Amino acid sequence: MNEIAAVEQVGFPLLSTLVFLPAATMVVLGFVRSARALRRVALGGAVAVLGLSLLLVIEFQTDAAEFQFAEQVPWVPAIGLSYHLAVDGVSVLFVPLTALLVVVVLLASWTSVRHQPKAYLMAVLAFETAAIGVFTSVDLILFFVFWELMLIPTYVLIKVWGSGSQRGRAALRYVLAMLLGSAALLVGFVLLGVSYRSAPESGGELSFDLLALMDSTRPGGNQTAVFFLLAFAFALKAPLFPFHSWLPATLLEGPIGMAVFLAGLKMGVFGFLRFVLPLTPDAFAAYNWLIAGLGVVAVLYGALIALVQLDLRRLLAFASISHVGLAMLGLSSLNAQGLQGALFLIVSLGLVSTGMLLVAGFIHQRVGTADLAALGGLARRTPALATFALIAALGAVALPGTSGFPGEFLILLGAFQAHGWLATIAVTTVILAAAYVLVFFERAFHGRVRSATVEAAVDLRPREAVTAGVLSVAILILGLFPAALLNYSSASIEDLVGRLDVATVATVATED
Amino acid sequence: MDTTGLTPLLALLVPVLGAAGVVLLRRHPPARELCGILAGIAQLGLVATMVPAVRDGGTVSVTLSTFLPEVSIALRADALGIVLAGTAAVLWVLTTVYAMGYFGTAPDPAVTRFHFYLCLTMAATIGVAFSANLITLFLFYEVMTVITYPLVTLTGTPEAIRGGRRYLAYQLGSAIAFLLPAIVLTYIEAGTFDFVPGGIFGPDASGVLLVIVYVFFLLGIAKAALMPVHSWLPAAMVAPVPVSALLHAVAVVNVGVFCVMRVVLDVYGSDLTGDLGLGVLTLVLTSATILVASLYALRLDNLKGILAYSTIGQLSYMMLGVALLSPAGRTGAILHLVGHSFSKITLFFAVGSIYLATHRALASELRGIGRQLPWTMTAFAIGALSIIGLPPTVGFVAKYFLFVGAVEAGQWAVLVVLSVSTLLSAAYYLRILRSALFDAPVAAHTGSTGATAGLLRPPTVTERGALVVAPMLVTAAVTLLLGVAPGWLLDLIRVVSE
Repeated sequence: MNEIAAVEQVGFPLLSTLVFLPAATMVVLGFVRSARALRRVALGGAVAVLGLSLLLVIEFQTDAAEFQFAEQVPWVPAIGLSYHLAVDGVSVLFVPLTALLVVVVLLASWTSVRHQPKAYLMAVLAFETAAIGVFTSVDLILFFVFWELMLIPTYVLIKVWGSGSQRGRAALRYVLAMLLGSAALLVGFVLLGVSYRSAPESGGELSFDLLALMDSTRPGGNQTAVFFLLAFAFALKAPLFPFHSWLPATLLEGPIGMAVFLAGLKMGVFGFLRFVLPLTPDAFAAYNWLIAGLGVVAVLYGALIALVQLDLRRLLAFASISHVGLAMLGLSSLNAQGLQGALFLIVSLGLVSTGMLLVAGFIHQRVGTADLAALGGLARRTPALATFALIAALGAVALPGTSGFPGEFLILLGAFQAHGWLATIAVTTVILAAAYVLVFFERAFHGRVRSATVEAAVDLRPREAVTAGVLSVAILILGLFPAALLNYSSASIEDLVGRLDVATVATVATED
Repeated sequence: MDTTGLTPLLALLVPVLGAAGVVLLRRHPPARELCGILAGIAQLGLVATMVPAVRDGGTVSVTLSTFLPEVSIALRADALGIVLAGTAAVLWVLTTVYAMGYFGTAPDPAVTRFHFYLCLTMAATIGVAFSANLITLFLFYEVMTVITYPLVTLTGTPEAIRGGRRYLAYQLGSAIAFLLPAIVLTYIEAGTFDFVPGGIFGPDASGVLLVIVYVFFLLGIAKAALMPVHSWLPAAMVAPVPVSALLHAVAVVNVGVFCVMRVVLDVYGSDLTGDLGLGVLTLVLTSATILVASLYALRLDNLKGILAYSTIGQLSYMMLGVALLSPAGRTGAILHLVGHSFSKITLFFAVGSIYLATHRALASELRGIGRQLPWTMTAFAIGALSIIGLPPTVGFVAKYFLFVGAVEAGQWAVLVVLSVSTLLSAAYYLRILRSALFDAPVAAHTGSTGATAGLLRPPTVTERGALVVAPMLVTAAVTLLLGVAPGWLLDLIRVVSE
């Protein structure tokens, strides 16, 4: 796998800047005292990252399958470690998405976080550094470092600023679950690095470099072990059924900002696309039935449970589990449509889930709960909030014209070709999604006003309205002009499908 | 001649501008309605400018965005689309005028909502009419479902919400469960989403799969109200009369039938439809729907309910005509799409007028009302004659073509179905007309509360103003005009049907 250096494209290490700008902003925050200034500095840093990430999007060469904006510095040469950042069509869009979500979270929690605002802002920025690091690292161990770094701000955000009474437990549970996955991930990565030594291309050296590993030949038995280790770690993170139990608790107990990151950035699915598919293609093709099966079960399970939820956040947690199942079904179809669809779906969910979670947050701030029993008639009091909720809801329903549709459509297209009947079952998710989302919308926003707090609810304030507006416009634009986004990923996805094709052919050949 | 041009897009954008105007002028009622009317006239003008281009079988197309690498959101106006779009535009203008009379012109937010969503519904109708491929069609089809929901629930009563929920559940549910898979499978078999006259499937496509996909299309296009996906239509009758009139005589149901026509003509093609036995399958399903709906209508007393079931039956006439797979059958089907719209909206307008004047909604309450509401009942009579299929109305001409088509296709059983259903429609419409025109009027407000009514002078029942009466007379006149001189319209229809 080749790469294009950052110096050739923009003349400076853009990715490192993106990774460390939030960290630098954190340091600056340490010297600021007033709460007002704190918020402004943090927002300024986040907006700068968003602006720079747009430069990344503009300068990205959409026709190239190569990794781009690459920067590499030797780290521990003796064991093949290097500080190596680069993005390709699979990862490039997650950088602006992360940057956008951080800005959205900062704006949405502008005045609602009163307890230790400095620490809160620092935790959010620390998360941003780690998350962008995760999306841009192409050295396995470097990736692992950022992956682990995310845990600290996540734990603190849930534990200190969570909205539920069980937040301490939820935070601990989350961290323990993630550490379990991390252990598997590290073993898998080390196995990959060590086995590289026996590949003919390696010259007897260790390497943890994704690009080098992608080009080396990997023995089948080793692949199976690595596949299960990596798949376990990423399935836990995604979360894919049956490893999902931490998500509802975390979304319910944690602050909305953290919920946005956990439900909006589908890092587990990204991990499959980034590492599992290219590095263990034979094993993935061989255990494809397992991924597809779990995906379909997740789709149905998540949707059915979501149908009976009375709390919007719990509903969204199970909707998220259902959507992850659908994305995994797309991956398991092993064709360009399925992979493109899965990628589009998780980018779209970044916007749609965030939109729905913000709605939950806005309702919670106004009414004190997001429980259906206390809601009803909100649209009369808060028409702007209702409009925003409707657009996000339609996105979640995957109505054509919203960003939800192209991804689901491509996944169905891919899955019908690969699995036939499994896809037919997956179609039901879209109906169930329509049911649970629209039923919630109707019960929360229409009908009689049942409580005094709803009666007194105020509509979106200007800052909230801007946040909601940006997300709404993004949902509609991606829905009407999906090709703009698909152009970014198509070259890399084609390349990935080529690798899977070779793998499938090889598997079939050995079986004969 | 196939040309590219922005006219289809402009026809789509004009109603959106109209909607914006309605919101901006919401506090200035007559201007608010004028926005809708002007947008409707502008839309009609734009549609009319494309008639010369499509009359010789040409199209006007414009690509809006690339949806997927080889799939575009694209508009393409052809003769069939022009027929649907033109009909909708004319009736939109008339409905807006009628609504001024029906709702009054107070700055009531509900009325503003009505005009706003009406404009958007027209945009969606144009989008469906001019869709160049299945993806674009699906986009506007689904958008239409969502933006007509607030119209169905306009009054906000629990009953309206219930009806609206059923409407939404049926429409979204069937579209996702059947239409979406049908479109995906079509792409997998044909390799394209584009509509091509004569069909898009290659010779080696799997027959069994194509039959399944076809059934999915029929079930997925619930807007065409083929049984068993019809029950949203009576449920949606909870809406006020102007809404029912435009949605359930014109926009929504026509879009449904139009989609089925597109599938038969431009996805499968008449030849393949015949070879796979799908024509006969459709004939059976539509015949069953026609007969069951007619029998059901006979049992009802609620006027809007009767009209709803009558519509279900008439929509199946149109699909039956296309499924005959003969030129005359197609001509009859498309002419009926236009003729039924004018006739049925006349009936809805009349029912609304009766309700405004008397607050009566049951067929059995109309005794002698013809003398009190002469204009309304004249219009009603013309509309009813057309639905039954008697000359000199457009309904007769359409049915004539359907009969010829059935003979051409050698489908004798269809002749029996058409005859029986004509008798059944005659039974339920003539029953109403006889009672309304020839029975003695009942005293106003009799019944349980009428004990003291005899002491007072009964309030006189009169027509409710020109804004209510005029649109009704115009649609009735068109029903007659198309019955007497359908030639110019048939020229346009024959581009598609022959």
